[in-house]
Amino acid sequence: MGAPDKGARRSGSTRRQFLLGGTVAGVGAAAAVGIDLALTTPSGTTAAAPSTPLNGSEIVPFHGIHQAGIDTDAQAHGTFVALDLRDEVDRDGLRRLMRILTDDAERLTQGRGALADSEPELALTPARLTVTFAFGPGFVARAAGTAPAWLQPLPAFAVDRLQDEFSHGDLLIQVAADDPLTVAHATRMLLKDARSFTTVRWTQQGFRRAYGSVAPGTTMRNLFGQVDGTSNPKPGTTEFDTVVWAGEGWLTGGTGMVVRRIHMNLDKWDKLDRSGREQSVGRTLSNGAPLTGTQEHDEPDFEAKTSVGFPVIPEFSHMRRARPDDTTQRIFRRAYNYDERPAGSDVSDSGLVFVSFQADVDAQFTPIQRRLDDLDLLNEWTTPIGSAVFAVPPGCAEGGYIGETLLA
Amino acid sequence: MNTRTKTTARLGVLLAAAALALSGCASTAAPAATTAATDGESVTITDAWVKSAESGMSAAFGTLENRSDHDITLVSAASPASTMLQLHETVANDAGEMVMQEKQGGFVIPAGGSFDLEPGGNHIMLMDLTAPLAAGDETTFTLTFSDDSTYEFTAPVKDYSGANENYEGGDMDMDMTPTPTPSN
Repeated sequence: MGAPDKGARRSGSTRRQFLLGGTVAGVGAAAAVGIDLALTTPSGTTAAAPSTPLNGSEIVPFHGIHQAGIDTDAQAHGTFVALDLRDEVDRDGLRRLMRILTDDAERLTQGRGALADSEPELALTPARLTVTFAFGPGFVARAAGTAPAWLQPLPAFAVDRLQDEFSHGDLLIQVAADDPLTVAHATRMLLKDARSFTTVRWTQQGFRRAYGSVAPGTTMRNLFGQVDGTSNPKPGTTEFDTVVWAGEGWLTGGTGMVVRRIHMNLDKWDKLDRSGREQSVGRTLSNGAPLTGTQEHDEPDFEAKTSVGFPVIPEFSHMRRARPDDTTQRIFRRAYNYDERPAGSDVSDSGLVFVSFQADVDAQFTPIQRRLDDLDLLNEWTTPIGSAVFAVPPGCAEGGYIGETLLA
Repeated sequence: MNTRTKTTARLGVLLAAAALALSGCASTAAPAATTAATDGESVTITDAWVKSAESGMSAAFGTLENRSDHDITLVSAASPASTMLQLHETVANDAGEMVMQEKQGGFVIPAGGSFDLEPGGNHIMLMDLTAPLAAGDETTFTLTFSDDSTYEFTAPVKDYSGANENYEGGDMDMDMTPTPTPSN
């Protein structure tokens, strides 16, 4: 009948909630939390405010020159899904696919249910959700576009033990947020809409410290206990822009993305004492400072020698091998840890979903990996088991869609 | 969402100019010089979408909003996607099953309020598709109100496995499986 809509209408109420939420996160956290608790606790007892402000309603803008989820301070949870295009999908199909996925991403990241979302309530807590799309070689070929020369599988490295189930793919979707439920819902919504165009090739899930555990911007630790990613360029700097953003053709404002699954042998690592662990990387475990310094961001002194004449930062150390003399060989890392169910008698199956962004994979990433392949003591404990390269198209404005520079 | 307001012809040249200016953007402004807005100028739809289907039937959803101070009755819908469209409600039949049937008298959008078109509830039924509705396509709809004014909007097509209500009005099988069928 003409009854005023009894079903909670998404658009209006959502926006109000979001606005309220924004206020909560920004200013009156304690007060608003008090209101929330008063509604849910039996007798209006005043409970102590949580130690961190609520961040469920925090929103990362979707539209822009660049896609979000690259220079966004890495969220606690990330899911990476590589899709293969169905045979019958043509260029027009790609356009339809990216229009739908863009619309989903735009709504979900802004804290609204997607169109035809069966569980819209799960979208009301975006928790800094970002959705980032990246194209594999197969996607660009299907679009009849010109692929950058580096958009192909990385050269084979001697250390690689690649498994097809963690490698390659036509379309990558990176879904990241500070709330794993939000990530799960967004991922399912996107995959439901991608299903008639694609099949899932692989999925990798990863995590960092939970939201509120450490200050934003803190360099992550991997499951070896190492501070991992210290030398990253800082988003917002010209250095970051130079390292990350591409400037040619349809990829202008986009970037190159490498996703590698690095298995970490924790049992073998357990046999190594603390000084051995620090030598393998060239950094201290306590705060990630180079062995020649005291603070994490101190510049390493590769010339420094021990009393008996050996380099303080060993020749074989990961940091020395990874760090280029050539300053154009820089990358931006945005990795996630993984910790899966162990097989057989193992007690863990752990590692790193290594993710790096760089404007030119061949010029920036590959030389680093080549040096690490030749010599890096850390190879004793790590094995690359998956590898994929993607081109991340630029962002879009309202009314546009991700991939339009390639597909329009 | 590309929505665009159209009205009957009697407003003439002024309106034609205004409609031209409005086309392409989701503006809600009605021509200022007219005395009273038509129903078609007072209604907008948000979050519109259509369920994908290979052939046969499908349905369109969204939220109709009425900015006027009087109730507005939506009496019919048309679309190039289907030879016939009906306004459907979902009700319990004698056996207690939820079934859909044509809504007699149309949908009444309350003054200053909204009216939901959603799976399992009221919806615009596409009775006989003229071509497959593929996910990511866009389809145009024209709504006609009791004052004979119209409102046109486009809605994206989305895969959706719900909205499988039985149709009370006949024995047509409503199979709106997304195309193509997923194989994984």
